[in-house]
Amino acid sequence: MILDWLPPTLIGFLLVLAGIGAIRRMNLWRAGQAEKVNILAGLLAMPKRYLHDLHHVVERDKYMSRTHVATGGGFVLAMVLVLFVHLFGVKSEILAWALLAALVLMFCGALFVYKRRMNPPSRLSKGPWMRLPKSLLTFSITFFVLTLPAAGILPEGTGGWVLTLVLSVLILMSLSEMLFGMTWGGPMKHAFAGALHLAFHRRPERFGGGRSTGLKPAVLGEASHGVAKPTDFKWNQLLGFDACVQCGRCEAVCPAFAAGQPLNPKKLIQDMVVGFAGGTDAKYAGSPYPGVDVGNAKGAPDQIITNGLISSDTLWSCTTCRACVEECPMMIEHVDAIVDMRRFLTLEKGETPNKGAQVLENIIATDNPNGYSPASRTHWAADQNLNLMKDVKQADVLFWVSDGAFDMRSQRILRAFVKLMKAANIDVAILGDEELDSGDVARRLGDDAAFQSLAKRNLATLSKYSFKTIVTTDPHAFHCLKNEYGDFGSDALKGVEVLHHTTFLNRLVKEGRLQLDTFKGGKVTYHDPCYLGRYNGEYDAPRELLASLGIDVAEMERSGYRSRCCGGGGGAPITDIPGERRIADMRMEDVVSTGAEMVAVGCQQCTAMLEGVVEPRPVVKDIAEILVSQLSEEVNS
Amino acid sequence: MPPKVNVVSLVSIGRHPQSGRSRRAEQDGRAVELGLKLSKKSLTVVHAGDAQEPVLRQYAGMGLDSLTVLPQPADGDALPILVDFLKSSKAQVVLTGVRAESGESSGMLPYLLAEQLGWPLVPRVAEILTIKQGAAEVLLALPRGQRRSVIVSLPFIATVDNAAAEARQTAFGPGLRADFKVLDVNSVKDEAMATWQISAAKPRPKRLKVVKAKTAADRMKAATAKPVGGGGKVMKNETAAEKAQAIFDLLLEEKVVR
Ligand code: SF4
Ligand code: SF4
Ligand code: SF4
Repeated sequence: MILDWLPPTLIGFLLVLAGIGAIRRMNLWRAGQAEKVNILAGLLAMPKRYLHDLHHVVERDKYMSRTHVATGGGFVLAMVLVLFVHLFGVKSEILAWALLAALVLMFCGALFVYKRRMNPPSRLSKGPWMRLPKSLLTFSITFFVLTLPAAGILPEGTGGWVLTLVLSVLILMSLSEMLFGMTWGGPMKHAFAGALHLAFHRRPERFGGGRSTGLKPAVLGEASHGVAKPTDFKWNQLLGFDACVQCGRCEAVCPAFAAGQPLNPKKLIQDMVVGFAGGTDAKYAGSPYPGVDVGNAKGAPDQIITNGLISSDTLWSCTTCRACVEECPMMIEHVDAIVDMRRFLTLEKGETPNKGAQVLENIIATDNPNGYSPASRTHWAADQNLNLMKDVKQADVLFWVSDGAFDMRSQRILRAFVKLMKAANIDVAILGDEELDSGDVARRLGDDAAFQSLAKRNLATLSKYSFKTIVTTDPHAFHCLKNEYGDFGSDALKGVEVLHHTTFLNRLVKEGRLQLDTFKGGKVTYHDPCYLGRYNGEYDAPRELLASLGIDVAEMERSGYRSRCCGGGGGAPITDIPGERRIADMRMEDVVSTGAEMVAVGCQQCTAMLEGVVEPRPVVKDIAEILVSQLSEEVNS
Repeated sequence: MPPKVNVVSLVSIGRHPQSGRSRRAEQDGRAVELGLKLSKKSLTVVHAGDAQEPVLRQYAGMGLDSLTVLPQPADGDALPILVDFLKSSKAQVVLTGVRAESGESSGMLPYLLAEQLGWPLVPRVAEILTIKQGAAEVLLALPRGQRRSVIVSLPFIATVDNAAAEARQTAFGPGLRADFKVLDVNSVKDEAMATWQISAAKPRPKRLKVVKAKTAADRMKAATAKPVGGGGKVMKNETAAEKAQAIFDLLLEEKVVR
């Protein structure tokens, strides 16, 4: 046969091209900043991370997860076998049959990909992604036919040179997509970059069911702060951006996107790719940033990102709710990237929009965002008879009051919680005026210098006293204390349990230390605060508490890990980027659609945001407030 | 704006009204802002005091490449060293706040500087519109948002009113990296101050405002009405001699001169 050499040559040729592409792509990533990873351990852990952690997320969309197992699994298997059967010419009917089976599997999967692409939801990117199912089908059919003779089903030489030529053309077409496209920026890039991203993920703690949500501290005192240009990202962050499959799941859950603010997490990640690879976003075929046309963004590895690639409003629209990160099947870290870029804008440019500059100035000069007198921090507790740590030096429980101390609405929550603790005879103390803002807002606004200063001073105060547990009603402070203060070399919190008040109260109820009457009001729903739920995995305690009052929570469609943010996080109410709607209004619609008369929350900021929605609307109450109204009288008196 | 106008902004250490902590002073920040707007390149920001004071980094964080410090102990007198500095510099416009937020806070410094240098003093500036041919067109801030435009010849000293543009956000990084030029100056001890006793001011009880108005509309009027002075008048077309006479008459009338 004159053309027998052609298919193997093509395969080999495309493999070489793919290899060159892979090296070029890796060099693009390597332009990023150094970051230590354990290469060998990462590579070894990769299959498990893929099969277990990644699939755990993909599994939320059953259709896609099965489709992907069939297509992806079939392809990987087929590709390996293709090398043996067609490139190295191993003569084995068993291998050939195995290859045929893999191809059939892949073909079935590809059919479902095809079906999904017939009428794709708006979150999916179009463009080259639309041709992917065709390439997948072509690949499986072509190699199926090519393998038939090797499996002994068809005699060698069937179809003559004409068939070989036709098959060769098809090989070229489909393998270009599958191999060449994988490393030269086609849709299949996700397989290559995705696998390495899993191996070298910047937060390996996330695998195996772990959680890693605290922001990484900025290094202060360098020639520049934060991420200005794509190459300022760590190399494995760049790699992570490249892993995006443009599935748009992040877009579908992003509250800022839904509110019509100029942010779309998927587009943001794609723009990062445009940035480090250089070029424009003209080829992007997904939903734009609301209100911003696609095609005008230009980027290069050493170009300032906010000069032409993305607008700073995009960065400031994010509430840091982490819904996108939670939903991303490729485990990409959008919030890290956004805050990294905000750090540059705040620490280097001094361009925190709207009230941002003032809030930061207040935090620096008064240790609270509104510039209140630090000496008035404990006024709320004038009638509460609370011990001050300064006087007692030690207590079982330290109540971290947070800046709610200055706000009249939040004070109602604080008082309710104090009353519950007293009813349970807890040995509790507060820091009083020694407490400072946790630094949450400063950090999310990019001012890591202010955050670190607050964190260190708070830790210094905490280290003076002894306590076993620290409890707070503010999930934002809770997150800082629990997940972010650990980076500053203090053992003030060593061996201390940091708890959110719902967790703490739930224990008291379970231990029978609080006697509560059954709640007789109407229907109640519960809003999961992002900083309690997604950031800290506490979904159960608030629900159990409500259940202990006999409340059967009418769940919202988006609850638990899919809870929709109230719009209050990340300094978003301060930077206040205009959109078409308010995030809090959308969340209140979620509440209303359950028919609930009351929405229970576990966060003073959520309370403020949701109560800011115009009436008539359901009542908003913190769980502590609901519990306090159900305290049995005999225990109380 | 011609590129070569040498602007000097004088800055002091402010004091936050709620926390009492050091901060970038409101009006001095505005003086730097105005200076940056006039000419970023030929702006010199000067502080007489402690070069180690961290608040200076907050001024530098407004985008200054460098900041000049005339080192001085806490009991030093800023006036003579500032006069020396300004005499030897090529300053054409000197901007300061109206009064400092800490220390004596008398608001006298710009006047004393003007007196010793023999330069005109322009009080409570809201904006400097143009500088050309050795003269500047300046908008003075008057109560209730009114402005008066005056022309003043260079060099001059201006105090910056709260009506001037707010100081831009200070950025940590540039503030940290700015170069501090610490000059070698003789410090002069403030002898007068050494004899003073300083104690915290007691807040004076607020006078109760008795509003006689009977209706809400009246109260509204009382709250928003302009205080009727009616005493002042603006003289534009009169001769210099007539203007001087009017001022002299007023001073006599108010018993400032006898
Ligand atoms: S970032 Fe993640 S969730 Fe968003 S489109 Fe890419 S892969 Fe999908
Ligand atoms: S963190 Fe929340 S607001 Fe920010 S991009 Fe992700 S989903 Fe959108
Ligand atoms: S206020 Fe509540 S819902 Fe809103 S961002 Fe914070 S934790 Fe999330």
